[in-house]
Amino acid sequence: MTDQPYNFAYLDEQTKRMIRRAILKGLAIPGYQVPFASREMPMPYGWGTGGVQVSAAVLTPSDRFKVIDQGADDTTNAVSIRNFFRRTAGIEVTTKTTDATVIQTRHRVPETALHAGQVLVYQVPIPEPLRFLEPRETETRKMHALEDYGLMHVKLYEDISRHGHIATAYAYPVKVEGRYVMDPSPIPKFDNPKVSDCPAIQLFGAGREQRIYALPPYTRVVSLDFEDHPFEASKADHPCGLCGAEDSYLDEVITDDAGGRMFVCSDTDFCETRQAAGHRGKDAA
Amino acid sequence: MYVAVKGGERAIDNAHAWLAEERRGDTDVPELSIAQIREQLALSVNRVMAEGSLYDPDLAALAIKQSRGDLIEAIFLIRAYRTTLPRFGTSRPVATAHMACDRRISATFKDLPGGQILGPTFDYTHRLLDFKLAAEGDAPPPAPQKGDAAPADVPHVTGFLNQEGLIEEAPADDTPPPDLTREPLELPAERALRLQALARGDEGFVLSMAYSTQRGYARNHAFVGELRIGAVAVEMDIPELGFAVEIGEITLTECETVNQFTGSKTQPPQFTRGYGLVFGQTERKAISMALVDRALRWEELGEDYTGAPAQDAEFVLYHADNIQATGFLEHIKLPHYVDFQSELELVRKLRRDVQDRADAAAAQHPEAAE
Repeated sequence: MTDQPYNFAYLDEQTKRMIRRAILKGLAIPGYQVPFASREMPMPYGWGTGGVQVSAAVLTPSDRFKVIDQGADDTTNAVSIRNFFRRTAGIEVTTKTTDATVIQTRHRVPETALHAGQVLVYQVPIPEPLRFLEPRETETRKMHALEDYGLMHVKLYEDISRHGHIATAYAYPVKVEGRYVMDPSPIPKFDNPKVSDCPAIQLFGAGREQRIYALPPYTRVVSLDFEDHPFEASKADHPCGLCGAEDSYLDEVITDDAGGRMFVCSDTDFCETRQAAGHRGKDAA
Repeated sequence: MYVAVKGGERAIDNAHAWLAEERRGDTDVPELSIAQIREQLALSVNRVMAEGSLYDPDLAALAIKQSRGDLIEAIFLIRAYRTTLPRFGTSRPVATAHMACDRRISATFKDLPGGQILGPTFDYTHRLLDFKLAAEGDAPPPAPQKGDAAPADVPHVTGFLNQEGLIEEAPADDTPPPDLTREPLELPAERALRLQALARGDEGFVLSMAYSTQRGYARNHAFVGELRIGAVAVEMDIPELGFAVEIGEITLTECETVNQFTGSKTQPPQFTRGYGLVFGQTERKAISMALVDRALRWEELGEDYTGAPAQDAEFVLYHADNIQATGFLEHIKLPHYVDFQSELELVRKLRRDVQDRADAAAAQHPEAAE
């Protein structure tokens, strides 16, 4: 049931229009961070207010909505956001990646390949990939304008000279269509290849930082690397304990206090679909 | 056998039920009414209205009740409600010169037109616990009333200094001010926008920033030229009528500081101004705001940037909002196990590399291991 005192999907139409304009601008300039007048939402900043505003602006009454957090549909904040839209928009919700028309996510890209017509909405805490190299917004905007990404390359190079590897495991920076360096949000770098050449529209919303950016379908997104140190998408070197998948991103679960642990898919829909199809891992019942 | 954790939905419902029970507390104790909070915790109500940017004492009292007295949570409730309200228009600028003052003090002149009015202040109370309040007692005897009826307008102190040209001019400006609740904050921010951010900013943050200027980080030696608290009329132009009508009355605290200024390359020696204006009786906040406002004006006055935090508009404006701050701070309670997992893999890999190198070195120089 829809709560009557609020407009469809909570935000008023003027606000949605403002957000849609920012989204369109973002799609026109892939990877560019578009400032937008982020509203105060009834959930805290840092808890997905950017993603929620983007979702509210793109949802229509006929959409089927899926929310994941850490890949799972049943994590508390995913439950909370799904309930928010069920209540304020009265739309159908789903946990099936293939059935969803709009998917809001925090920290993961679904394992199942997305298809044309779907929209993937990312929650973004810090949209600026250069922020931890340069804390000032006035400076980082200049650096993007001048395509001055030397600082980022130096940082990655220093990682290699100190550790032998690029010491960034998530929120791994990417370059979009050879122009803007972009933060793909804190997804594990395992997910980075899925961001590139994706048939779905990808929208990124940062509420507290008041930025929206976007990737139109089939945008080329390259993870930053060096010729002699090519990018490598990494994951735990195990199959899933429940469904036996070898190619999915895994969560490590501590099962007892004697060092026992197992690895399971972080994408719950992917794992359940495989189990339903008869796949079994070594720890499955 | 392992079963993945399920039931986030039920856990949330149960947590909310427990929260509601805790909020009410012992049911043998009578429940607080909104009117009680509004009347007896008025300074909390004022803070919630000021930082929530919404003047409505009843709603602020409700938010305080709902938030169990957590004022930042109450401010958050008000902010989230405020964004959903339609905007009918813009009022005329309120005229604090016509304020019906409950309190009006100047630290720069012993006496002055309009007089010094202490008003309901804690200033000269001794901070001794009043155990009489612990016993439920009768209402205090009424405070003595001033004799004369309609009080005249109280002129602003800075106006007197202005007559001699001793203080910088602050010419009237009818440019509509920007609104950071409708436009994204972009830098550099003009003074009107900075003042809006400070007026909504966290009292503790603005206080500490102001305090840092007093201790030498961008010292600008402020005198409280004037602090006034009282009711002002809010007037709005009604296009159909062709004139402005009074639509209500709000209580404001206004602080104007007079700051030392020895002159710069561009300005002669004269006093300069800092300004604070906040909803309700909130004088700690208004004075703090005025000090920080003055510190942020270094550039237009041609002063040196000393690297002090209170001079750094980007630092102050991006970190003054307690709703943004508390949200982002508390979000680290949310699950981060995907990111943590990728860090685990990385740390294990880096440690393995170090170990491999050590093993290889030991194999090459076996004597070193002895």
